[in-house]
Amino acid sequence: MIRIIVSPEPIDLAAEMERAEAAGVGAVATFTGIVRADDGVGELELEHYPGVTERALTGLAQEALRRWSLAGATVVHRVGPMQPGERIVFVAAAAAHRAAALEACAFLIDRLKTDAPFWKRERRGDEARWVEQREADAGAAARWD
Amino acid sequence: MRLVYFAWVRERIGTGEEQVTPPADAATVAELIDWLAANSAGHAAAFAERDRLRAAVDGVFVGLDASVVGVDEVAIFPPVTGG
Repeated sequence: MIRIIVSPEPIDLAAEMERAEAAGVGAVATFTGIVRADDGVGELELEHYPGVTERALTGLAQEALRRWSLAGATVVHRVGPMQPGERIVFVAAAAAHRAAALEACAFLIDRLKTDAPFWKRERRGDEARWVEQREADAGAAARWD
Repeated sequence: MRLVYFAWVRERIGTGEEQVTPPADAATVAELIDWLAANSAGHAAAFAERDRLRAAVDGVFVGLDASVVGVDEVAIFPPVTGG
């Protein structure tokens, strides 16, 4: 089962965990991304490409299901304005055993960072700045090629 | 053809979306960008650094050498930064 959500609503961790565990298998690996308060960031704003974002995330989840024996793959990504400390992304992979769940979870978050059309803008006081792509993210994604 | 822009590309151009009829010799994303860059100072500023631009054609990520002949929507944007 694939679950893809792109929404301005806060991510309900307990509800998402419960859904992921409802796959009824032995292992659920999850990743939660939290907005950092780097260098005085007061607000983070996420822009995306509606329709194409959901399609890109569905494609990643489908690829995960082809590469590992999974019972479920979940990607929930928040968009719009959010505060430091709030959840920005939640990824879960459910499988019979931990290796597939852990690897698929890492694959989903690594590739999401390079393959899904999201853009971050940080606000510090009155100043807003678009976040630059990190070299390390491209490297992390490339290990799944 | 519908053009859509995101992040600082959108801000520099001053709109997130526009409808254009490019000339026949603008057959790839790169050639389309060359033609657009001559349209306004905003377009020129948005497209000044080609190596910082990425594109999607009809919702699929492509290189700047991809064809735009007969397509409905071209998106031009900076490298993505989600997650």
